[in-house]
Amino acid sequence: MANGNGKTGLKDRIKETNDKLWNSQVVGAILRPGSPFKQGYSDSPRNRSYVVMNNVLYHLHPVKVKRHAVKLSYTLCLGGLSFFLFIHLTITGIFLMFYYTPTAELAYVDIQALSTDIAFGSLVRNMHRWGAHLMVLSVFLHMSRVFYHGAYKPPREFNWVIGVILLLLTLLLSFSGYLLPWDQLALWAVTVGTNMAGFVPVVGEQVKFALLAGVEVSAATLLRFYVLHVLAFPFIIVIFMAVHFWRVRKDGGISGPL
Amino acid sequence: MVDIPESLLRRSAEAKAKALGVPVEQVLAEMKGEGPPVEVSRAEPVAEEPAEEVASVEEPVSVEEETSVDQPDEAVEEAPSSTDEETSSSAAAEVEGRAAVAVEDKPEAAPPVEGNGSGDGQVAALVTPRPSVPPTGLPEGVRTQRLLTVVKARAIQSVKAEPQDKVNTWPHLMLIEFGALLAITALLVIMAVVIHSPLLDPANFNATPNPSKAPWYFLGLQELLSYFDPQIAGVTVPTIVGLIGFMMVPFVDRNPSTRPSDRKFAILLYSIFIAGSATLTIIGVLFRGRGFNFSYPWKDGIFFDDLKDWVDFE
Repeated sequence: MANGNGKTGLKDRIKETNDKLWNSQVVGAILRPGSPFKQGYSDSPRNRSYVVMNNVLYHLHPVKVKRHAVKLSYTLCLGGLSFFLFIHLTITGIFLMFYYTPTAELAYVDIQALSTDIAFGSLVRNMHRWGAHLMVLSVFLHMSRVFYHGAYKPPREFNWVIGVILLLLTLLLSFSGYLLPWDQLALWAVTVGTNMAGFVPVVGEQVKFALLAGVEVSAATLLRFYVLHVLAFPFIIVIFMAVHFWRVRKDGGISGPL
Repeated sequence: MVDIPESLLRRSAEAKAKALGVPVEQVLAEMKGEGPPVEVSRAEPVAEEPAEEVASVEEPVSVEEETSVDQPDEAVEEAPSSTDEETSSSAAAEVEGRAAVAVEDKPEAAPPVEGNGSGDGQVAALVTPRPSVPPTGLPEGVRTQRLLTVVKARAIQSVKAEPQDKVNTWPHLMLIEFGALLAITALLVIMAVVIHSPLLDPANFNATPNPSKAPWYFLGLQELLSYFDPQIAGVTVPTIVGLIGFMMVPFVDRNPSTRPSDRKFAILLYSIFIAGSATLTIIGVLFRGRGFNFSYPWKDGIFFDDLKDWVDFE
């Protein structure tokens, strides 16, 4: 300890503090016993298991998966990509929410400011927009991949149904976000889209009225779409995603025959 | 009723024959003679027994209410000591207590009792599952067994799971996922830098743009709407086919195989769906111009404002 003149060196003190921190009750409470963050990671079968087991990841993946399941050429990671895109969209969306006001007077101005004034505003807005389009695409491709492999067959039928609902919710999320820039493109694309909803025979007009908060797109529609886009649909889709991921594990893992 | 394999039946008969001191063949014949002709084999000994033992037993009630053929033996054992109602009922209660175990017995196991008066006590002792009660008439060192039930071997023997070809999620799967996450992030950032999101003039209710197009994922529908009656294209196709139809897929497609060669029809249908929706969407995006009329993108330009930044190189 002592470095010649009877005092404790800085290096030793740092080490001491570090040890104290990692052995403290607080850290011990945060990390599960055996967590690699706590005891260091050296490659061993036990530690490989701990990485997953002592982690929230354990909700998504088991400790071991079939060798066949990790073949990238089989799943193309499309379901995972959809999930990653959702996370991207959530993060960029939260950023955008700080600078956006869902009123007919301010919405367009705010988007303009995002594109020109705000640091990284343009980048984040572009990422959010292209991410949304990519997510529609990746969810659709994921569904196609599942279909071509016949992966919806028992016991995975119910998860397929959940998946179709997730596709619908993805479309709704994308569509509700489409109006928010409040420019000509947004206004008239949503007008065309909601007109199509109006053609549904029995409930069509009611659905359209509920979506638009009126008989046609108006300032009230903007607020409605905003709340649906940033709160209602994400809330619903997260619930269905949770069920979807849970069933993936319960029904025999991420891919492959049972 | 489980069909007992011949070998097990024989082993059981041998044990019984050894215990009773009668030839194996006799016991076996009795067992078999019991089984095949009458399916309700438990009725027979009940019917026969009182006929033979009625003089000494005088217990028709307890015999009649038996559910298991073992119980008459118990009753017989107890009855001669006293014909008292109480004793017999307590005997019946005791019998019931044991019946839980004895109920597993195959009826075929019981018949040797009949026509063997001296063996009654022994068989009754055999019936009792408690090994602490020694069988009275047995030779020293002879242990008897009886068949309680037949279970499938796998159920009790295969404790270990079959080995599977598995790899650790970390690092094998998670590295791939991490790579996918990086790749999609890189793609998004590059796209965001290269292609700018469109922002047209402020929303104006009085200026309808020409053409007015839906978002691209609804353009296939809009395309259909220009061919068909709105009720068909706007309702039947998207809601019935698109939603209900897709949800019903696993319940309509009952073919259990996942091999592509076994499900050509399903694959064909889905491929038609993809090709059709892709064609319609591409037509809607590229080949529809003013008034949503056909136009050629190389001649009239592309009317797709989503990619305005790419389409108008200004």
